[in-house]
Amino acid sequence: MEQEIILKKENQGFAIIKPLTNFFKVKFEKDNVLKFLKKTGITLISILLFLAFWHFGSKALYNKEATYKIEKALAEQGQAAAEAEKACIASRDSSCQPNTLPSPSQVWASFQSLIADHYLIKNKKQAFADKLATTNEKLVAQGKEAIVYTGRASFVDTVLTSIKTVFAGFLLAMIIAVPLGIFIGLSPSLRSAFNWFIQIFKPVSPVVWYLLVFMIVKTIYIGASSDNAFVISFISVGLCAMWATLVNTAMGVSSVDKDYINVAKVLKLGTFQKVFKVILPSSLPLIFTGLRITLSVAWMVLIAIELLAQSPGLGLFVWEEFQNGANDSNSKIIVAMFVIGIIGFLLDRLMLTVQQMVSFNKNEGI
Amino acid sequence: MKTTTIENDRISSENGIFYPSKVMLDLKNLKKVYPTPKGDYVVLEDLNLQIMKEEFVTIIGHSGCGKTTMLSMIAGLNAISGGNIAILGQPIKGPGPDRGVIFQSPSLMPWMTALQNVLLGVNQVFPHATKTQRKDIAEYYLHKVGLEGAFHKKATELSQGMQQRVGIARAFAIKPKVLLLDEPFGMLDSLTRGELQDILIEIWNKEKITAVMITHDVDEAIFLADRVVMMTSGPKAKIGDVLAVDFERPRTRKTVLQHPDYYSYRKHLIDFLEH
Repeated sequence: MEQEIILKKENQGFAIIKPLTNFFKVKFEKDNVLKFLKKTGITLISILLFLAFWHFGSKALYNKEATYKIEKALAEQGQAAAEAEKACIASRDSSCQPNTLPSPSQVWASFQSLIADHYLIKNKKQAFADKLATTNEKLVAQGKEAIVYTGRASFVDTVLTSIKTVFAGFLLAMIIAVPLGIFIGLSPSLRSAFNWFIQIFKPVSPVVWYLLVFMIVKTIYIGASSDNAFVISFISVGLCAMWATLVNTAMGVSSVDKDYINVAKVLKLGTFQKVFKVILPSSLPLIFTGLRITLSVAWMVLIAIELLAQSPGLGLFVWEEFQNGANDSNSKIIVAMFVIGIIGFLLDRLMLTVQQMVSFNKNEGI
Repeated sequence: MKTTTIENDRISSENGIFYPSKVMLDLKNLKKVYPTPKGDYVVLEDLNLQIMKEEFVTIIGHSGCGKTTMLSMIAGLNAISGGNIAILGQPIKGPGPDRGVIFQSPSLMPWMTALQNVLLGVNQVFPHATKTQRKDIAEYYLHKVGLEGAFHKKATELSQGMQQRVGIARAFAIKPKVLLLDEPFGMLDSLTRGELQDILIEIWNKEKITAVMITHDVDEAIFLADRVVMMTSGPKAKIGDVLAVDFERPRTRKTVLQHPDYYSYRKHLIDFLEH
């Protein structure tokens, strides 16, 4: 019974690790062990099934492509070429491997190689910095710019760039949408003034937002030597994702419980007091729901926008791997897919936790 | 037994009408019309009522007869279609803290603690008092309603009955001239209702704030009131009958129930309502 109450009180943000924490918190009672095993067991089984489905699916695709390759060689170049192709594929030589959906093991190998690559580049960077330390000091002392490492970014670097971009965009969306939403929510005339604006710009696709921002930022940055890809991508992400927060904030502010408004009226609270003591606190849960949607939208559109803006994040990584067409490109794309998914999930959980912290009604959310 | 002194004890001659100083609240030819697509719907018409200082008036009538409309008009939350409402001779202009309201639902800000909820009003009404003084006022009234241990509990952590206690404390703490109660105990179970009636009447005995209370409960109406005002059923509702309750104050439930006149009062009200 007591444990049930604890469960209810705990926020649901990181519900996924709850069986784990409970497992350690609660004494090893038979019931708890069984519950834990059941919960994790089901998750594990579903993961295994997914991997198996994926493994056999990719194997089938691999075989199909291999057969096609051999048949093509037979039809175009004859028996000998077909035999050679067959032998080549069987030997796992990278020059003639079928290019299709990679298997789980290939993806895992790519993941490891990406991590190894990260350390390689990190060492290179360090070596570069060490080598140029004295030169750079002199350059800075002379008032010139220091020489920085301009080699390719590692996978981990691209992930960090993406996270940086998404948070910058999210912050921008928050700074624009929350105050604007409050004003729109407070004033019916502002609401009608902005309504067309919101309705028209809300459904605009991320690609178009990117182009719009590009047009403007490009002109502003004319002559500047610094790279504006980051600026363009985070502004586009922010503009694209801010609508949920804007609409939710306006709705939250305009739909404050009439009882609270009546109390404010009876007490003759001034506008400032009314807004900060009554309206804002009561619309906080909706504002945070909006912010949560905004963050997940921001993460989703980020990939497309980075790709267009040539910002060195995950989006560009995926696109370059696709263009690259190397043997392990496909599996690297799948690695990126999982990383994107997992980070998106974690961001959402993070926001859910924050949302539940500000929510006065603990039953809301999810 | 009077412990409070009466302020604003002046005589006004607004609009050439002479108001005796005893009258706190004066409703004259009050009218409320809601426009509908099928023409106007008249809720109240020719409603006249005078409520004296330090008087406790309960209003009883069938659901939908316009009791709440009348009360929210007095509170200034609902526009007046015709006639006027004056408080100490001055026509009311919108809502204000001189008319404290206890709503049917407790209407506490759920993100605030009990103390903060009461302080919200106190800070507004006593801006020149020191922080400690204001806190003392809020704590005094919370203490009065029996919430000593719950000052720092969030409104959502309190039961419905406890929330309404905070509502009572909030209304008294702003020292209004008139207290308006819109069926404040309607949503509570009968046991809690009795407790809260006792608390209300105990504070009221001390403060003697003119009170107008809507209720559906005949016993509650008699127990609390100096006069019970019966409203006719709408549309075009008005005052149907007024019953003066001549029980001595302070009252206890026991003495009221044992009073020889109690059942005749009760019968009077029920006869009116069943008609």
